[in-house]
Amino acid sequence: MYIYADNAATTKPSQTAIDAMVSCLKEVYGNPSSLHSAGQKAAEVLYQARVDVAQAIGADFNEIYFTSGGSEADNQAIRSAALTGARRGKKHLVSTKIEHHAVLHTLDKLENEGFEVTLLEVGPDGIVKVEDVEKAIRPDTALVTIMYANNEIGTIQPITEIAALCREKKVVFHTDAVQAVGHLPINVHDQQIDMLSLSGHKFHGPRGVGALYVRKGIPLRNLIEGGAQERGKRAGTENLPAIVGMAAALKEAVANMEENSKTVTALRDRLIKGLSHIDHSRLNGDPVKRLPGNVNFVFEGIEGESLLLLLDDKGIAASSGSACTSGSLDPSHVLLSIGLPHEVAHGSLRLSLDESMTEEDIDYIVNAVPEVVAYLRDISPVWEDLVKGDKDYVIQ
Amino acid sequence: MLYSEKVMDHFRNPRNLGKMEDASGIGEVGNAKCGDIMKLYLKIDDQGVITDVKFNTFGCGSAIASTSMATEMIKGKTVQEALELSNKAVVEALDGLPSHKLHCSVLAEEAVKAAVKDFYDRNGIPYDEKTLAASDMAEHAHDESGLL
Ligand SMILES: Cc1ncc(COP(=O)(O)O)c(C=O)c1O
Repeated sequence: MYIYADNAATTKPSQTAIDAMVSCLKEVYGNPSSLHSAGQKAAEVLYQARVDVAQAIGADFNEIYFTSGGSEADNQAIRSAALTGARRGKKHLVSTKIEHHAVLHTLDKLENEGFEVTLLEVGPDGIVKVEDVEKAIRPDTALVTIMYANNEIGTIQPITEIAALCREKKVVFHTDAVQAVGHLPINVHDQQIDMLSLSGHKFHGPRGVGALYVRKGIPLRNLIEGGAQERGKRAGTENLPAIVGMAAALKEAVANMEENSKTVTALRDRLIKGLSHIDHSRLNGDPVKRLPGNVNFVFEGIEGESLLLLLDDKGIAASSGSACTSGSLDPSHVLLSIGLPHEVAHGSLRLSLDESMTEEDIDYIVNAVPEVVAYLRDISPVWEDLVKGDKDYVIQ
Repeated sequence: MLYSEKVMDHFRNPRNLGKMEDASGIGEVGNAKCGDIMKLYLKIDDQGVITDVKFNTFGCGSAIASTSMATEMIKGKTVQEALELSNKAVVEALDGLPSHKLHCSVLAEEAVKAAVKDFYDRNGIPYDEKTLAASDMAEHAHDESGLL
């Protein structure tokens, strides 16, 4: 029995993606920049992948720039918009406290470089308020960047409303949609999104490849200088097999989205229901406005890393926002942002599902988790204090 | 692998796990905010020999394994010998710990010292604070990798 429930970290490549990559490696070896027919064949394959990725999010093919992944797309979008803003005297950036580090650390760097950054709070439900975004926007705001869906607690942000607001205020809007693309219906033109980051390995494509969508008319600056690839905006000979694999996986994910979403949402809700029976536990993030595959719980009185290791022994692959799993002193910034105290945030468990899972898998998890939680509580001095009444439960 | 086989063995099959009703000394160290708490119970006879040890730990795999290893290393030893247990010896016995987990072994050493101190206090035995200070403070790592 091995249940892979860490699809938010990365997904297993689909057969379609693997086949596309292998055939590209074998047969499409030319450099897309070369004039000979091997090169031109590669250029054609690259073009088709661009069209496929564009179509999946409602963009035009010439609005797609391939990158080395979600992190690079986030870095380039944010740096580019910040620099463009700065040239016009706009040096204020707006984001949220629950972004991925690819966004937060880029903003930290820009702050050191003289930009002013406003990081909005989210509510206990893990969702940012549109009014708060509106209040934060100033005449000198160069960029609003807010993630489409959170990687830890799965909450879906009101992106359409925020994008409309930004369009009205004439502020560039970027969204890190790494967790959303291929899982939620997205149409960048209808939704008035200016820039969007996506990553191949979150929808059964390969790792180390992603894309940045930039609406026509929005200036884009380079992160990587060199050759004229990606219309001069991202140098480096294209990782064609990865790009092709990503495009194939995304096409497939979008074609099956409705069906997959139904299946996965039902599994998710079955899992949430099953785990809710554990006392002094809580679901993190909004129960409805969340990614189809995301389940995130905290269990009071235990620590997440030991929970993960014991679940792995039972054949369940999951993740946690505890400090010990991140190698840092603090538990996840996302869990702290939704108001969990440190000692409780250490006891978090993220299970992220995909459409290959079955109800039997879910029921196995629903049986295994309470056993492990009960064992760890039994050996936990923190739990002992709570049971004795020496300390009060945070989660009732 | 993050952990050695020794660490995983002590994590999966902790030695001397449990609580003790009639302990001669109890030490509790760490804090829940940082994510590890160790509670160590000692049974000490008239000769000053540690005849039994029990522990409970809230924390990661290396915290549980470090406490387990420390209990094994002091069981049957005299109190004086137990006070000589260093975090380094615990790490060596575990075939190493990742650098950002070294603080777990420091906590294990501190737990032993805290339990002995409690035993001394309960029995009005005088002691030199220095012998009860931790041998080496490993720093917590500050690397922030976060969730993917
Ligand atoms: C929300 C979010 N943004 C960015 C990234 C980074 O993407 P990549 O791993 O492709 O660099 C991830 C995942 O790793 C993510 O979940």
